[in-house]
Amino acid sequence: MKIHIKNGRLIDPQNGIDTKQDLFIAAGKVAGIGQAPADFAANQVIDATGLVVCPGLIDLSARLREPGYEYKATLESEMLAAAAGGVTSLACPPDTDPVLDEPGLVEMLKHRARQLNLAHVYPLGALTRQLQGANLTEMCELTEAGCVGFSQADKPITDTLVLWRAMQYAATFGFTVWLHPQDIYLAANGVAHDGEIAARLGLRPIPTTAETIALATILRLARETGVRLHICRLSSAESIDMVAAAKAEGLSVTCDIAANHLHLTEYDIGFFDANCHLQPPLRSQRDKDALRQGLANGTIDAVCSDHTPVDEDAKLLPFGEAEAGATGLELLLPLTLKWAGEQALSLSTAIACMTARPAAILGLKSGHLGLQAAADVCIFDPEQYWKIEPRALKSQGKNTPFTGMELAGKVRYTILDGDLVYKT
Amino acid sequence: MHNPQLTDDGKLKHLLSIEGLPKSIINQILDTAESFVGVAEREVKKVPLLRGKTVCNIFFENSTRTRTTFEIAAKRLSADVINLNVSTSSQSKGETILDTVDNLTAMHADMFVIRHAQSGAAHFIARHVKPHIHVINAGDGRHAHPTQALLDVFTIRRYKPEMHNLRVALVGDVLHSRVARSEIHALTTLGVPEVRVIAPKTLLPEHVEKLGVHVYHDMAAGLKGVDVVMMLRLQNERMTGALLPSAQEYFKTFGLTQEKLALAKPDAIVTHPGPMNRGIEIDSSVADGRQSVILPQVTYGIAVRMAVMSILAGNN
Amino acid sequence: MTQQTIDLPDAEQLLSRLADQLKPVINGKAALVGIHSGGVWIMERLLPMLGENLEHGRLDVSFYRDDFGRRGLHQDTLPSQIPFDVEGCHIILIDDVFYTGRTIRAAMNELFDYGRPASISLAVLVNRGGRELPITPQFCAHDMQLPADHNLQLMQDTEGRFYLTLEESKDA
Repeated sequence: MKIHIKNGRLIDPQNGIDTKQDLFIAAGKVAGIGQAPADFAANQVIDATGLVVCPGLIDLSARLREPGYEYKATLESEMLAAAAGGVTSLACPPDTDPVLDEPGLVEMLKHRARQLNLAHVYPLGALTRQLQGANLTEMCELTEAGCVGFSQADKPITDTLVLWRAMQYAATFGFTVWLHPQDIYLAANGVAHDGEIAARLGLRPIPTTAETIALATILRLARETGVRLHICRLSSAESIDMVAAAKAEGLSVTCDIAANHLHLTEYDIGFFDANCHLQPPLRSQRDKDALRQGLANGTIDAVCSDHTPVDEDAKLLPFGEAEAGATGLELLLPLTLKWAGEQALSLSTAIACMTARPAAILGLKSGHLGLQAAADVCIFDPEQYWKIEPRALKSQGKNTPFTGMELAGKVRYTILDGDLVYKT
Repeated sequence: MHNPQLTDDGKLKHLLSIEGLPKSIINQILDTAESFVGVAEREVKKVPLLRGKTVCNIFFENSTRTRTTFEIAAKRLSADVINLNVSTSSQSKGETILDTVDNLTAMHADMFVIRHAQSGAAHFIARHVKPHIHVINAGDGRHAHPTQALLDVFTIRRYKPEMHNLRVALVGDVLHSRVARSEIHALTTLGVPEVRVIAPKTLLPEHVEKLGVHVYHDMAAGLKGVDVVMMLRLQNERMTGALLPSAQEYFKTFGLTQEKLALAKPDAIVTHPGPMNRGIEIDSSVADGRQSVILPQVTYGIAVRMAVMSILAGNN
Repeated sequence: MTQQTIDLPDAEQLLSRLADQLKPVINGKAALVGIHSGGVWIMERLLPMLGENLEHGRLDVSFYRDDFGRRGLHQDTLPSQIPFDVEGCHIILIDDVFYTGRTIRAAMNELFDYGRPASISLAVLVNRGGRELPITPQFCAHDMQLPADHNLQLMQDTEGRFYLTLEESKDA
């Protein structure tokens, strides 16, 4: 399939490109930039006038809910949501049912994803068996099956000895460990940030120390073991400072935040809006400002959607009983653009946070559109506003705190390995 | 943000929390309750205001006391009353909260009185009921218990009409208490100049001073010169979970005895939402003493709830 | 303007006339009950004229009105006070203006929730015509016919002297 994308604004942060340039795709790769390669006869021409052409977005966390949670969402619906969101690569956490701790399950997931051919799926394997925090998984086998790292999802390891050993083992082979810093005792049953809102509304609190104390332990053990560490979903200002210090010390550590936390605080809970029940919780204004700053100055390496589709019934409950999480694949782009616009940052910076930087964390060669790079392309209209409402979302998860809002940034075409997989 | 308790023209549609209730509406409830106190002293304790209306007590969390007072209040307004005790076992049969509410709506209920273990449950239900139905929050998790706070300030107002001059101290487990939160909002909205909370750190929410209160960990200092002492219940489960070592030590440090009460003003009054744990948060001699207004609170509780129901039922 | 076409009587004179009508029927078992708020004003002025030690009370009929469903609860309800035993009493209900009779119906219902009186009679300053129920005052200082869209009210000036006002009401 030969595709000629013309008149678009090509933004490729990794290669420092931000100009009006045509893009030429052939045999699943970038065949020409600016100029058509010799003997190029396009099968398809895409007129990208007024649109941005950038590398396909790379989402560090999207729950696809298969296997096991098909009543919440299926691979079909969520991969379609990815394509509709311009996401061509995504990492999924291992908290499926059964847990992704067996190579066979990982192979099946990768196989199913390949068949659907809507996005590249990079599964994270479970760090411990059944995510129970007691025994190690066969990390080598799992990596061979396709895992790009190892995670505990939202079930932190409480036994520090096990955590240490797991890091040591992963470090032996150079595997990356992805951890959500949460002290389960301090966070016990908590549903909202331990701030003014939780005090007023009588919601069980999750103090900031639940994150920072766990983070301190994780960073210290990382220093001891030399493991490559990726910290998932920071939520507080203090945590950012801790990660910055660790990086300055020379630790191999990266971190991400969820796009929701760039825009929302505890105050958005309002009158107990269950769509704002998230893990980690929405914290204070000060924390939000620090997260926005951290992503801008690079202390926070990437922004992800933390896509977590929740079935309607599980949200139609009083706040504390409602399941935590928000749908996000289709909002990653508009939310990140909104942040960049408000911080007076360039489109290129915004796009880098969703392409080159996550690619580096995943160790992928993609995330850019240099010659001969895989043709994963996202073409979007940065000026087009669209209303976030259930029928506008392809995901089966309609649960988002941004319901009813109009956001700018509409994906018009998504190309995966040189195939057009989404168009609107 | 639109207050879900009020109609577009500012009238009371639901009673979900004291927070967000205009002072004028609080005063309207209290003033109307004055008339109902008189009704209770008559031979025929009923008035026909809610005749033909059905009030449903939906208690997802058990409480015979509170449910009974709401039932009495509704019946004294000539309403029909349905009591639904949704224990955890029937919830596990799979019926959702909204299903329960929908079923009762189909039975022509006009007003729901809701008690639930989750903060925000009353708001949640109010968001989903049909437009003509009124919701009264009878206690949701740790969040609010507005009718309790209203009857407490009604009682205080009866004994100490000059609210603008009062020092009030709340003593006990503020962290877990929906009563405390509602009481604090009611007092501050009505212009009480100084509201204190007296408790160990383990029983206070992290940002409690943002609610407009002065924090004391020393009961002697906290009770000095106080006009009203509002006791809070200490639940047994607080002795586990590393919040408190024992009932004895709690009584010694934060229990209300005659000696400690003597530090307050000589004519100070003592309230308690009930049921009391004698010897744990309050000494019997105080509970039964001349400064206690705990029994009148119960009487006034019915009048205040009648006032709330009447005002709601009239706002259609 | 309406005032020019309808002459309003002197309320103070009506008060004296009403007192004269009531004097013959006051005995040991009589009690006056004023209906908030005009009826209570009148009752307070009548009491010294009719005799000391006369049992008396006041009714706020807000909880017995038949328009609760349409208009909701009145903003300023006041407690009713019947400090005597209604049982076997000859009660004289007192109100300022008698119109549809619905207020009196509500007052009687409320009174019966206090006990069983031996009799109830009604004394009003003005009967303005337009009754909608089979209720009529036994004692009335002045009869007149007013159109439905006119609102007759008893007022008190700063010295406590009564006077009547008439205005076109916005809702019929």
